[in-house]
Amino acid sequence: MFYVSMFFQYVSQYMKTRLQYRADFFMEILSDLLNQVVNLVFILVVFGHTQFLSGWSREEIIFIYGFFLIPFALFSSFFNIWDFNDRYIVKGEMDRILTRPIHSLFQVILERIELESLFGVVTGLIIIFYSGASLNLELAWYDPILFVIFAVGGALAYAAIFVAIASIGFWSDAKTSIMPMMYNIGNYGRYPVDIYNKVIRFVLTWVLPFAFVGVYPASYFLRKEEWYAYAFATPVIGLVFFTVSVFIWNQGVKRYRGAGN
Amino acid sequence: MGKYLAMIRMRFLMMLAYRTDYYTGILIYSINIGAYYFLWNAIYGDKSSIEGLSSMQMTTYVAVAWMARAFYFNNIDREIANEIKDGKVAIEMIRPYNYLGMKTMQGLGEGIFRFFFFSIPGMLLVAFIFPIELPHEPATWGIFGISLLFSFIINTQINLLTGITTFFLYNNAGLIRAKRVIIDLFSGLLLPISFYPIWAQEVMKYLPFQGISYVPSMIFTNGYSSGDIGMALLQQLIWVIILIIPIQLLWIVAKKQLIIQGG
Repeated sequence: MFYVSMFFQYVSQYMKTRLQYRADFFMEILSDLLNQVVNLVFILVVFGHTQFLSGWSREEIIFIYGFFLIPFALFSSFFNIWDFNDRYIVKGEMDRILTRPIHSLFQVILERIELESLFGVVTGLIIIFYSGASLNLELAWYDPILFVIFAVGGALAYAAIFVAIASIGFWSDAKTSIMPMMYNIGNYGRYPVDIYNKVIRFVLTWVLPFAFVGVYPASYFLRKEEWYAYAFATPVIGLVFFTVSVFIWNQGVKRYRGAGN
Repeated sequence: MGKYLAMIRMRFLMMLAYRTDYYTGILIYSINIGAYYFLWNAIYGDKSSIEGLSSMQMTTYVAVAWMARAFYFNNIDREIANEIKDGKVAIEMIRPYNYLGMKTMQGLGEGIFRFFFFSIPGMLLVAFIFPIELPHEPATWGIFGISLLFSFIINTQINLLTGITTFFLYNNAGLIRAKRVIIDLFSGLLLPISFYPIWAQEVMKYLPFQGISYVPSMIFTNGYSSGDIGMALLQQLIWVIILIIPIQLLWIVAKKQLIIQGG
């Protein structure tokens, strides 16, 4: 209960500070939107030259992209920790975090929320409904529930990777420029994994589970039965990877000795 | 002239001091090239060519477009914006050089550094991993070099323009970000211009962006017929000249209405 109330306290503080600079707030949403438009334009132009991408049609690819946007928006709103090493460890800010009464990871997350990214959920839903309608996808009564579970599972898988990498900062002081690299690898999950070779497919499934953010869960709603096993594994993968990453984080915190004065 | 050369050298040395950042940069670009490589392979499927480009040429196009980006890309728009915001620009303007010229030279110093420590090793790395066809004729390399220089100038001019708008908008972080996305799309980095629908190509003919990535990449991949190369280079040159006008105009107006807050 305490965690929940802390969460809403931080969110309301955040809204106050952000809405103080409204123009900037909307520009940020707008530039996210522009990014998404560019990605869509890419897909549309590409399908001007081909009917299928490894057996996936244009609407299906668009649907996968739309689905990807939702867990990705959840992830980027709440796990904005790509600069954790510079911001917290090098500057010694972690000392302050550890004196707080809530779990250190939760505290870091609260301080770094970026709620404007949540707008991606809206864009994602619009894209999904548009492409879903043109594909004549049928909805079972439990599909919305599965949708939420898959989206959260995907976001957790994404978050797990970044939490684990942020934890490296506890062991090594080296600049973690791995973070931006991960964002780029994450883009691989936006397209069907069958276009990649076996090694990359394996990595995207079991090592850096980015495929569980886009193509695997989306294939359930696209009724691609050959991928169902992976689709239903999404929440499991999300939970397992996230639990492991929190464990790594906790181990890291134990090793943390502080920097500066 | 000497002071501008010194600027290039200073920036080059500064970049050299932080070179480890660039090794991961090469990896990031290679990851992106890899993603597009697989994507394009799937798009080609069993087609031998799309819009006159074979799938091998497409891979080369993607690789050279990204590695060329490492050369022409710079953040001088953001630097100008920051210097205006914290008032440093006032000091810069009383110094005995042209502020915009100096920024361009810093960009060039950065570009030259990245050319040698990012683009060339990156290209070698990528050529090992993916099937890429390098140009055989020395002349192609020469023309590519000229075109690449033009693309640097055009991109820098657009950056200067974006940077100067800070004088009027005060906070243009959003504009800078939007500009970057638009350049990635309209310059041909993500998609060759010839892949766009005809109406879009018609529109883009009248924009400077394809001079940034599409022209040098097409030259490198032998995607142009010989007559087209001349036209493309000429188009780049014309844009280099045209873009001087709005920069100078905006700069004159900006200097007049500059307000320094603190500093």
